[in-house]
Amino acid sequence: MQEIHASQIRPPFYRDERVLGIFTQVLVVVVVVGLGLFFYNNMITGLREKHTVAISFSFLGQVAGFDIGESMIEYSRERTYARAFVVGLLNTFQVAILGIIFATALGIVIGVMRLSTNFLISRIALIYIDFFRNIPLLVLLIFWAQAVFLKLPRVAEAIVLPGPIFLSNRGVAVPWGLPTESWSTYQIILAAGLVLGAAVAYFLREQGKRTGRMPLITLWFLVTVAAVGLIGWIFLPQPLTFDQPVLEGFNTQGGKILSQQFMALLSGLIIYTAAFIAEIVRAGIQSVSKGQREAATALGLNPAQTLRLVIFPQALRVIIPPLTSEYLNLTKNSSLAIAIGYPDLFAVAGNTILNQTGREIEMFTMIMGTYLSLSLLTSFLMNVYNRRIRLVER
Amino acid sequence: MTTAADTSLDRSVMPPSERRTLLGWMRRNLFSDLLNSALTVVAAAVVFLVALLLLRWALTTAQWGVIPANFNLIMRGQYPAEEAWRLWLALYLLGGVIGLMWRLISGKFSTAALIVFLIPLALREVPLFSWMTRFHLLVVAGAGAGAFYLGAYLPIQRSVRAAVYVLLGYLVVMLVILRGYSGDAGPMPTVTTILWGGLLLSLLLAFFGITLSFPLGVALALGRQSKLPAIRIISVTYIEFIRGVPLISLLFMGQVMLQLFLPDGFPLVDRVLRALVAIILFSAAYTAENVRGGLQSISRGQYEAAQALGLSTYRTTMHIILPQALRAVIPVLVGQFISLFKDTTLVALVGLFDLLGIARTITANPDWLGTQQEVFVVVALLFWIFSYTMSYASRRIEQRLGVGER
Repeated sequence: MQEIHASQIRPPFYRDERVLGIFTQVLVVVVVVGLGLFFYNNMITGLREKHTVAISFSFLGQVAGFDIGESMIEYSRERTYARAFVVGLLNTFQVAILGIIFATALGIVIGVMRLSTNFLISRIALIYIDFFRNIPLLVLLIFWAQAVFLKLPRVAEAIVLPGPIFLSNRGVAVPWGLPTESWSTYQIILAAGLVLGAAVAYFLREQGKRTGRMPLITLWFLVTVAAVGLIGWIFLPQPLTFDQPVLEGFNTQGGKILSQQFMALLSGLIIYTAAFIAEIVRAGIQSVSKGQREAATALGLNPAQTLRLVIFPQALRVIIPPLTSEYLNLTKNSSLAIAIGYPDLFAVAGNTILNQTGREIEMFTMIMGTYLSLSLLTSFLMNVYNRRIRLVER
Repeated sequence: MTTAADTSLDRSVMPPSERRTLLGWMRRNLFSDLLNSALTVVAAAVVFLVALLLLRWALTTAQWGVIPANFNLIMRGQYPAEEAWRLWLALYLLGGVIGLMWRLISGKFSTAALIVFLIPLALREVPLFSWMTRFHLLVVAGAGAGAFYLGAYLPIQRSVRAAVYVLLGYLVVMLVILRGYSGDAGPMPTVTTILWGGLLLSLLLAFFGITLSFPLGVALALGRQSKLPAIRIISVTYIEFIRGVPLISLLFMGQVMLQLFLPDGFPLVDRVLRALVAIILFSAAYTAENVRGGLQSISRGQYEAAQALGLSTYRTTMHIILPQALRAVIPVLVGQFISLFKDTTLVALVGLFDLLGIARTITANPDWLGTQQEVFVVVALLFWIFSYTMSYASRRIEQRLGVGER
């Protein structure tokens, strides 16, 4: 009697998993490629009928001919579209970086407040989180722009905060450092201080690894940088002079004026994102099991050491991934600037340039390419970091 | 060591009685030590000050007249008043559908059901509403209760699938009712979507956005986890692309570029639909990532067991994997739906008149200059109420399904 081996029974081809798999893939690829070709074809014929111009980025070299409200680099209406695009990009970076710094600080404070044993404090944090997580960012932004910053008094009756900071419907005037001749030298000294600080940190770290007693690396790093900065400040004749805004007639003079739009966008983004960061921080700290704290105490670590060496590193592992995506969200959300008239990347490129040139495809490719590379870069760095801090199991 | 019997007689080791008094509670939670007491005092002062300022603004400075004067605009935008009955009809049906779905899914009249049933009745107490509105709300509640009780006589019971069909059917019927079918004349003249606005449009965008992006998101998540490389690559590319760009760029693209991609004779989809498509495509990528989290939490044993039982890939996915994966990510999914609902406000930037868009037109109206604070506070509160209700409901569902307990 001949034995029939299981592998010899082949199912009919329409039930064979491999055949089915290949068939499904081919089908999906054909549909996707077909759709893509269909869209591409329509676009090409459409373009030929409407513009009679092929896709090209050469218009970027033409004169832009429009003004931009605020810019970090020198810009005028005689500059090119490419320059205008860069201005928008830098404005986006500016608001995103400042937003990330302040939102993180505020978020950590509120997240820690949420965990406070003080009932009132934790309730305040809860109300903050529950309120701002559940209203749309755009409503918050428009509220800030139209119902807060627009409603500030005229310059003559500006609200004066210590500093002096003038709050008026023309924006916020703050004291600002004006560079003197020695400023460029001072910058070099500061850079040297950073290098020295890094060297100190590296040395301490190596020593800590050798001796098993980790010193306070970050603290020493900051102390070194601050010391170098202070010495440089003393020896150079005033690298910066502080220019304080003063009220003069119907305007403020001196200092730096942060525009209404910028302030509205920044404060809206900070307040909104901080609510999400607070939840991330809370969840991170709570994720460290109670046993860890108890074990640290049993080993004789004091509360500060427990926090620094046991709780924090473990909480960070949980906090960092969602925190990064929150940073990305903030950056992408800054594109809502268009609603309140702040000239960020999207407002400049997706609105002004696009309307002037009618180059939809080129502009959207550039805008989406920029945001996309930003987010892919972040998630790449994120993955690298994640691999480094991942819990190594067995 | 003493035994439990001994200590129960010894009063000195009994828990202190102050635990249950107000003063004791305050001592433990507000004034446990010096630092805590100082914090409490400062916080209380800040809360008091903020509350005082808010109350003073709300009761004296604020001109609330703008809200009742524009109430219809806020609720339904430019939807013609003589056709407003159709909105109520859709709401009656919604009440009925919810009642029926409750019967089909849960089968029990629980506390949660009572709360849902009480919502339209509670809304009747809003002082702004006319007696007609109150009557309509009563009918909505009645339709819900009626459908729930009549649903008991249906041949099908406890079937989520049937409930989904009911919901899908409702989506179609509701669209026909709102949009009309009989041209310019007839019983239901066409109301073009550009006239839809206010809360109506916001809720519709969210409702359709959620129901339509969900299956797409699940499909993408399965695609990303698939063993077939072509499908995986396509899904990953789509998800990463969409997640990398802001929604506003997709919305703008939908408005400016969609007609470029479609053939010339193609009936141009209307602006609301274009915005909805952008929202769905956007949200699906995020849903996919959330669902993927759930799929990854399913242990290999589940797949292997299903295979050992001889289930096909389709059945394994539908009956074994997805139910568990989705249950694990309910809170995240609801969070995603809330952010979709909040994101619908972005359509105001492409010229639609959703709740935010209408608010902007009201504040731009010369009759109501300077009422930004009042109008936007009301808009924010409306959004807050819906979002918070969703997140509250998700916590309840989470508890009921026992996520994190098993």
